[in-house]
Amino acid sequence: MSEEKREVVIPSQLLGKTKDKKAGKGTFVENGNIYAETIGVLNINSNQINVTALKGIYDPVKGDFVIGIVDEPMSSSWLVDINAPYPALLHVNEVPWDVEFNETEKYLNKGDCIMAKVLQVDLEKKLNITLKDRNLYKIKNGHLIEISPSKVPRIIGKKGSMISIIKKYTKCRIFVGQNGRIWVDGDKEGVEKVIDTIKIIDKESLSYGLTNKIEKMLKEVQ
Amino acid sequence: MKSDVKLFENGKRLDKRKIDELRKIKIEVGVLHRAEGSCYLEWGGNKVICAVYGPREAIPRHTQNPLKAIINAKYNMAAFSVEDRKRPGPDRRSREISKVISEAIEKVVLTEKFPRASIDVNIEILEAEAGTRCAGLTAAGVALADAGIPMKDIPVACAAGKIEDQIVLDLGKEEDNYGNADLPIAISPRTNEILLLQMDGHLTVKEFDKALDLAIKGCHDVSKIQQKALIEKYSKKMEA
Repeated sequence: MSEEKREVVIPSQLLGKTKDKKAGKGTFVENGNIYAETIGVLNINSNQINVTALKGIYDPVKGDFVIGIVDEPMSSSWLVDINAPYPALLHVNEVPWDVEFNETEKYLNKGDCIMAKVLQVDLEKKLNITLKDRNLYKIKNGHLIEISPSKVPRIIGKKGSMISIIKKYTKCRIFVGQNGRIWVDGDKEGVEKVIDTIKIIDKESLSYGLTNKIEKMLKEVQ
Repeated sequence: MKSDVKLFENGKRLDKRKIDELRKIKIEVGVLHRAEGSCYLEWGGNKVICAVYGPREAIPRHTQNPLKAIINAKYNMAAFSVEDRKRPGPDRRSREISKVISEAIEKVVLTEKFPRASIDVNIEILEAEAGTRCAGLTAAGVALADAGIPMKDIPVACAAGKIEDQIVLDLGKEEDNYGNADLPIAISPRTNEILLLQMDGHLTVKEFDKALDLAIKGCHDVSKIQQKALIEKYSKKMEA
């Protein structure tokens, strides 16, 4: 982690002009000026101004891997809660099993957990998810942790640096859903360690050099 | 109409303020854990708490808008907020304030980002001392920003009024009760666009213009306090 200075910006704060830089994520343009649209951390690179949101709900994007909880089985589909403002639809064509009409409950029932991929998001934000992809399945054991979706990038780290450190020292299987749900499986001590670590990252998500700190901490515990 | 209450003494107001001076304002961000965003605000004797929930799917379904989110602001006065007990529950006055506040917020939030959703803003008046709608909307602006909801500006409100033929900023309780006019406004401080404007009492056109200018100036001062509270809260989090 570099020791660059991080600045908190609030909505409507002037960040720059469109003729100098491009307006990136978390910004909006008015009269050639770029303003922040959410509370977040300013992130300027060579040609773009971004604001990394500090808070906010999960906004699903096509291709995201998420962890969903089945809300309601219907005759040929399921409604799944993926922590977004809207429930997601999982159609029987999008599961790896052969499901007869009206027999959806046999495969997934209310409360079941699944790893899924966001298949489609349309203009009205109607969501479709799928189970037909690599490593996607129904979750049968393990632990589920929920964190704020805006902190998911911190858990993963730069190019997966943070998550691979946690995996290395705890020997647990971890799946981080983009919607802020994390699945952990492994022996009891390992899982406890992962949960503690994630709690620390959640609390100190804004401090500097967090990856090194976590690595040091996990080393000491061993 | 002349009242027997004297609102000026030696050129100063009852609470020793100058004519263009605000009451004391204190803003605390993120006071509630369950809510996505929250704010506690003290404005003179007003005590307001505001909680923001959402965006979440709008219920009942027929209220949904397929193109944008709807804003549900709810203004409520606690039974113990005024000297005599206020009968709890929604009444004519609180429904009106809920509506104007919802419309003011709708102008600044980027609602088209969340089609079919609703953003719920709950404003609870714990203690009232004139100017609660301004205090409520100011608190709502901070709570919305704290909730991480994308918006073009943080709305801010302030009132001006006329007492004993003088235009003054931010009426206190006696000034509101015995004064001649009250003009609460809300603006978007970046563009100076007016989001809410109501008037109670009589003002000439000249007086109105003067009061409006004064209220806008007051809004900008309050806006600075809002911004400071937000930046302080999140910078502190970063250092921890």
